[in-house]
Amino acid sequence: MSIWLGLAGFGIVFFSAVLMVGLSYLRRKTPSVFRDIPAFTRLRQAVGLVVEDGSRLHVSLGRGALTTPQSASALAGLALLRRLADLTSAGDRPPIATSGDATLAILSQDTLQTSAKSSEQAVFDPAAGRLTGLTPFSYAAGAIPAIRDENVSANVLMGNFGVEVALLTDAVERESTFVLAGSDDLTAQAVIYASAPEPLIGEEIYAAGAYVESSPLHSASLTVQDILRWLIIAAILVGALLTLAGVL
Amino acid sequence: MNRKSPLSSFIAITSTAIAIASGVLVLAGYFFAQKSDGQASLLADIRLALLGWAITLAGFAIFIGVLNLLQAHFKKIQQKQKGSGYSLLLITFLVATFLFGLASPYFQGGPQYFNDVFSVVQLPVEASLMALLAVTLTYASIRLLRRRLNLLSVIFLVTALLILLGTAPLPFLGVIPGLGDWVRPFITQVMAAAGARGILLGVALGTLTTGLRILFGADRPYGGNK
Repeated sequence: MSIWLGLAGFGIVFFSAVLMVGLSYLRRKTPSVFRDIPAFTRLRQAVGLVVEDGSRLHVSLGRGALTTPQSASALAGLALLRRLADLTSAGDRPPIATSGDATLAILSQDTLQTSAKSSEQAVFDPAAGRLTGLTPFSYAAGAIPAIRDENVSANVLMGNFGVEVALLTDAVERESTFVLAGSDDLTAQAVIYASAPEPLIGEEIYAAGAYVESSPLHSASLTVQDILRWLIIAAILVGALLTLAGVL
Repeated sequence: MNRKSPLSSFIAITSTAIAIASGVLVLAGYFFAQKSDGQASLLADIRLALLGWAITLAGFAIFIGVLNLLQAHFKKIQQKQKGSGYSLLLITFLVATFLFGLASPYFQGGPQYFNDVFSVVQLPVEASLMALLAVTLTYASIRLLRRRLNLLSVIFLVTALLILLGTAPLPFLGVIPGLGDWVRPFITQVMAAAGARGILLGVALGTLTTGLRILFGADRPYGGNK
């Protein structure tokens, strides 16, 4: 990477960071207002039902290894797992987390343990955060029994999936349980749109944390995303106009 | 809420500080990889060292992950849960494959036989799951209109149908004129490509803000209790 390109990248990240901090400071006193995403409203209802009827929540984190660019979606899934584990800590059974990457499995155990420690009622079960397979289809095949056999009433599939996610959504549909699904992979998003009742498209998976339990920094990060998106749109339009005018 | 012990507070603070410092150093190593004379900078060296450690740890994590898999299935068998027969099969073949892998270098053609375990067993099984997926997706597409009857679902299904018709020749009719040479390329190369780029830009922005939230310590997927 050239020095100028590096400086430009640093500039974008620094600008975003400053915006995020500034906006989160401004948002401390005003409640956050989000665009309505029906999937998250139904997720909150499903989580409430999990606590009431003593069933289980299943969070599948995909197979985005931490050393790859796909890790961001997995980290967003882990952040959501933490919040959902906190919300279901009053329930009879702890949530289960399945993943297709070993580092993610360890982090999911750590997340569940941290949540259990912070709650007086919750009990930590090391087998609740588990690796189900190391290849895409073995991961899906290993996660299906968790959906089917462990009294799960709500499923959250959030992370890096491929087309194998259809096997998971199909298993959920057979059990007639709730599923919210999102992936950073374009093919998987198309598959999820066709096969899941509550799909998350595009960057909606990264907004999950803010929708489930909002903090000023989370809501500020969504606003930063919107600001940057408008800046990109403006840059594309200006670029197109300049190209049409023969300047570029 | 539980009151945290000084040790757990210390661990939480230390892990958060180490995670944030590592993240900032790796990020800085990407942006300032070169000195003005073109040589690799100190930050780039630190980034490579940290990533090297991460890759080593990830390799070891696979071993722990497999132990975790064994533990989960042992528990299933012990508690005689539903599907424990499959767990027994999994453990039997996992141990057998592991032992076969250990022994394979010591007999003639062993490594080749060990590779065959993957290419003769695992690959066909995964290929059959892929084939199953075609049926699953077709069925899901048919149910889509029943589940979500709106304009987007109709567009989704019509587009899928047009692409299918434009890709494969129909029996007795052959290729429908205009579909394969105009409609399909227009949908895939113009409309789908434009939409995909928009979604990818959104994903990139989401990745950026997720990374920043972790650097700020707002999301802590490494055990640092909030």
